[in-house]
Amino acid sequence: MSNMTQAPVLSIRQLCKAYPGGHQALKSVSLDIRRGEIFALLGPNGAGKTTLIGIACGLVNPTSGSVHVDGHDVVVNFRAARAAIGLVPQELTTEAFETVWAAVSFSRGLFGCTPDAVHIEQVLRSLSLWDKRNSRIATLSGGMKRRVLIAKALSHNPRVLFLDEPSAGVDVELRRDMWAVVRSLRDQGVTIILTTHYIEEAEQMADRIGILNKGQLVLVEDTATLIHRLGRRELTLTLQQPLTALPPGMDATDLSLSEDGLTLRCSFEQASGQMPPITQLLRQLEQAGCSVRDLHTQQSSLEEIFVQLVSTGK
Amino acid sequence: MNTQAIKAIYRFEMARTFRTLVQSILAPVLTTSLYFIVFGAAIGSSMQQIHGVSYGAFIVPGLIMLSVLTESIGNASFAIHMPKWSGTIFELLSAPVSTPEIVLGYVGAATSKSVLIGLIILATSMVFVPLQVLHPLPMVLMLIVTAFTFSLFGFMLGIWAGSWEKLTIVPTLVITPLTFLGGSFYSLDLLPPLWRMVTLFNPVVYLISAFRWCFTGQADVSLALSFGFIAGFLALCLALTSWMIRSGWRLRS
Repeated sequence: MSNMTQAPVLSIRQLCKAYPGGHQALKSVSLDIRRGEIFALLGPNGAGKTTLIGIACGLVNPTSGSVHVDGHDVVVNFRAARAAIGLVPQELTTEAFETVWAAVSFSRGLFGCTPDAVHIEQVLRSLSLWDKRNSRIATLSGGMKRRVLIAKALSHNPRVLFLDEPSAGVDVELRRDMWAVVRSLRDQGVTIILTTHYIEEAEQMADRIGILNKGQLVLVEDTATLIHRLGRRELTLTLQQPLTALPPGMDATDLSLSEDGLTLRCSFEQASGQMPPITQLLRQLEQAGCSVRDLHTQQSSLEEIFVQLVSTGK
Repeated sequence: MNTQAIKAIYRFEMARTFRTLVQSILAPVLTTSLYFIVFGAAIGSSMQQIHGVSYGAFIVPGLIMLSVLTESIGNASFAIHMPKWSGTIFELLSAPVSTPEIVLGYVGAATSKSVLIGLIILATSMVFVPLQVLHPLPMVLMLIVTAFTFSLFGFMLGIWAGSWEKLTIVPTLVITPLTFLGGSFYSLDLLPPLWRMVTLFNPVVYLISAFRWCFTGQADVSLALSFGFIAGFLALCLALTSWMIRSGWRLRS
């Protein structure tokens, strides 16, 4: 059975959260997360991402609505629901005076699992923490502490892993290591839900993307489809000699000429397929006596799409 | 029941106790030994017998209770306040652990430590004064129940306290004075009638009186009243702790 036809591993229905004081953090959010996918939840600060994760993990009481993890209601069947979840929080909150080994073993026990030194060793090795297993956590760098948090979350073999801003404050090397670990977990069948400010991270890793803004789910889309549907492409032609105006016969096209007369640009929606025939353009320019020095096409990034969606409040 | 979680919490807390052995166990033992030297050996030698025992032996139950109460509250409140303060509480709250399991883990560890300290102080006191325990089984039971009850109280305190200062206010400004004025160092019979009546409003009086009965066979107040008070306070602490964790009061958003 494909992931598409399987029951969602996480099912959120009309979830609302109002904090004392009236702040409405979530406004009737409904969302299904497919089994085994990497889902990126994007949104500006205060969008409700952490609140949503907090409710799924039992840290925040919902005002109304429901969340089911692997078919278990997180309030009614909290034990079964939580046993399936691993959470890596945004803040570097660890037991400072414990050793890495003790802290990870503690987490495994807390989630009802019997001690398993082989599994803990495997987790620590996969996160390059094995050499630090006897070190006190307080003595580790920020990046290493982040790894410890991931190790703790993986200590009980969760089926759903929440990563709340996993790349916050970590260096490039660790970020890449972490991406590798996340992909490997996905390959093992673990569903990963991550929130991130690094759009590049979501673009490179996520199968699907959800955008939260002001407590509302603005859209949910496959990453590639989203970029294709809402992305734009831009064709840039750099000329050898400046032009004062568009050559005759080309003024009807979508081309625009830069102020210095050296650059011609054409922007179009990627999904429309209205890419101008480049060979025809080049021929027209040659006939008009213009030589092209360089040609460049650019595709808009997820970041640009995200900014556009959030700023328009779509 | 998630017994693995109970074991994990218990081991984690006990490991902290043994990691800070000097502060956790030796410090209260040293403090109590000083009490024995000052009140038992130095001043006590010139005092009359009370309840048929020497003054040094008379103050032993009170001193044990003083340590058990303060240690129970201090350990249990620290155990839950520390993760709350550092943020690691997220793991406990997101784990498949029920209220009884959380209580058994944290309060069980605090109780174990307090009972251990109580027994060490008892052993230490035997070095300084001739001591007899007339009712050893009730003595041990009472030690355990009192430690558990006040560990529950400390656990609630740790959840309630929004700062480290608040955490120390109750033990320092409430429990210690109540224990000192609860008959630890004197018999209620020695007080003028008015002060004796006032003292009866101090709940610690009932604890110390019943605990002393286990040693000397004599109590300042009725045993039924004492055991009733302990049972009532235990029930109240259990109910409040259970509500606090289930509702997530001061724990969950």
